[in-house]
Amino acid sequence: MNHGTTTAVSRPGTPGTTVPSPATGASGGAAAGRKRAAWLLAAVVVLVLLAATSLAVGARGLPLGTVLEAFTRFDPANGDHAVVHARIPRTVLGLLAGGALGLAGAAMQGVARNPLADPGIMGVNAGAALAVVTGIYVFGIASFSGYIWFAFLGAAVAAVVVYLIASLGRDGATPVKLALAGAALSAGLFSLMNVILVSSQDTLDRFRFWQVGGVAGRDWSVVLPGLPFLAVGAAIVLLTGRILNSLALGDDIARGLGQRVGLTRALTALGIVLLCGTATALAGPIGFVGLVIPHAVRFLTGPDYRWILPFSLVLAPVLLLGADIIGRVVLLPGEVPAGIMTALIGAPVFVWLVRRGKGAGL
Amino acid sequence: MAVLNAKDLTLKYDQRCVVDGLSVEIPEGRVTMIVGANACGKSTLLRGLSRLLKPAGGTVTLDGKDIHTRPARELARTLGLLPQHPTAPDGITVRDLVGRGRYPHQGFFRSWSPQDDLAVQQALEATDTLELAGRNVDELSGGQRQRVWIAMALAQETDVLLLDEPTTYLDLAHQVEVLDLITDLNRRRGTTVAIVLHDLNLAARYADNVIAMKAGAVVAQGTPRDVVTEGLVRNVFNLESRVIPDPVSATPLIIPIGRHHVPTELELVS
Repeated sequence: MNHGTTTAVSRPGTPGTTVPSPATGASGGAAAGRKRAAWLLAAVVVLVLLAATSLAVGARGLPLGTVLEAFTRFDPANGDHAVVHARIPRTVLGLLAGGALGLAGAAMQGVARNPLADPGIMGVNAGAALAVVTGIYVFGIASFSGYIWFAFLGAAVAAVVVYLIASLGRDGATPVKLALAGAALSAGLFSLMNVILVSSQDTLDRFRFWQVGGVAGRDWSVVLPGLPFLAVGAAIVLLTGRILNSLALGDDIARGLGQRVGLTRALTALGIVLLCGTATALAGPIGFVGLVIPHAVRFLTGPDYRWILPFSLVLAPVLLLGADIIGRVVLLPGEVPAGIMTALIGAPVFVWLVRRGKGAGL
Repeated sequence: MAVLNAKDLTLKYDQRCVVDGLSVEIPEGRVTMIVGANACGKSTLLRGLSRLLKPAGGTVTLDGKDIHTRPARELARTLGLLPQHPTAPDGITVRDLVGRGRYPHQGFFRSWSPQDDLAVQQALEATDTLELAGRNVDELSGGQRQRVWIAMALAQETDVLLLDEPTTYLDLAHQVEVLDLITDLNRRRGTTVAIVLHDLNLAARYADNVIAMKAGAVVAQGTPRDVVTEGLVRNVFNLESRVIPDPVSATPLIIPIGRHHVPTELELVS
């Protein structure tokens, strides 16, 4: 009966006398915790290496020495050095937008208890995008600081509308109804956006590059104003790990465990809207990162959101930066925007993951 | 210590009134079984008693204090609940799932502690699931899974435990096993237990106290011997029956009488 187990030996007649060894802690034990921490560290190292690569690689091929020189002995008159420096905000933007989308996707899957939840599918990115297009078309907005408020408004309105539609009927906002409402609203919002775009060449031009999702051509004036919003959103979402763990057991059990389900959902949604709104305003609607990364992460961490969230935060920019770097070199002298490359690279990886594993549920 | 009381309780789903002006007490330190026909409001009552459903009228009190005005987390340290069809996240291990029952004992500044470890360990031992601790919940049989969920509820360490049909989908042996386990818990820790149960015979055997419901109202409450009678079965289930002493436990045993397989002499005898 006990073969194969060395720690859990039943001792007839002495129930309740075992003192749990430290290695049998709740979340798979301290040993498992250390292993996950090591994985997380490895992921951070990969991310740092990718960020360095992102500074070194581009449409203009530069020798490594020149790249290093641009940092050690920067010469403003040197055109090559300027090229390298222009890659810094782009890299930072990839890190920020990727982290935001990964974190938001993981939190969304937890809060909606739906493996298909993703800022792209749930209508949030579509809401942000439509709001930005409306801002460009109606008010002639042309700067990031203008975009971002429209993006927040659009993301928040879309999130609330999806939730309200899904809440209709007796069972409330079930995961399936949330996904259906989100997908339907997404489609509707994107067609509205297209209506505006086909009717206004001017808006289309200004919007075109932003829309496909990209991190190129953005400078510090775009990146910096987004930072406080991202910081607040990330702080909120990173603190929801335990909450999402209870919520994963179903609303009834979460309530039975003393969680105020409505309140915690709203709080998490606020974090998600801040992250998605900013990421969309920064880089355009980038899909797929928020969907695929949390799934991939679960293969490493299991279903514990206290680990899924930080892993998603680190690994999502790995995908986005990697996609951006490859996008810079595959179609020389042109570039493929990161938003397109993430889907191109991510889709096969995702299919492989789902087919290989025993399902990538919650 | 922990007395759960409903007074003039009215519970509604949307506009449909399921329970209307019901008053009932769940006696302390006892096992109470709530029985009744399908859709009589017994599960709804349990949801009302456990704060899953906000009353449209009346109050539910625990130790004299309204459960809807107490802080949620504090209440969850006294009142535990296992709903009918709990779902476990894919890939979660037994020990992890049971550990999530510790949620109300933790906070932002008080994370996992040795006390939590001990509570989980004891819950696993009490439910005989210690050997399963490292297994994935998806790989378990129905009976094992139900024991794990009960272990999660035990890890919550509450004085009152409400269970909604904890034996559904289990074979007879597992049904008995689960009810034995709950009885152990009641006898060892003095936990007040209220269970919604379909099987009237098992309810009559394992209950200290039976609450029989019909159309959202309580029609009888008391010891199984006093409450479970042929008249009650006729009234609540609209079913003819014979009630005899259970040859094993001497509690009431209901023998249903349908239209078939009934020799005509039986009608003459009765």
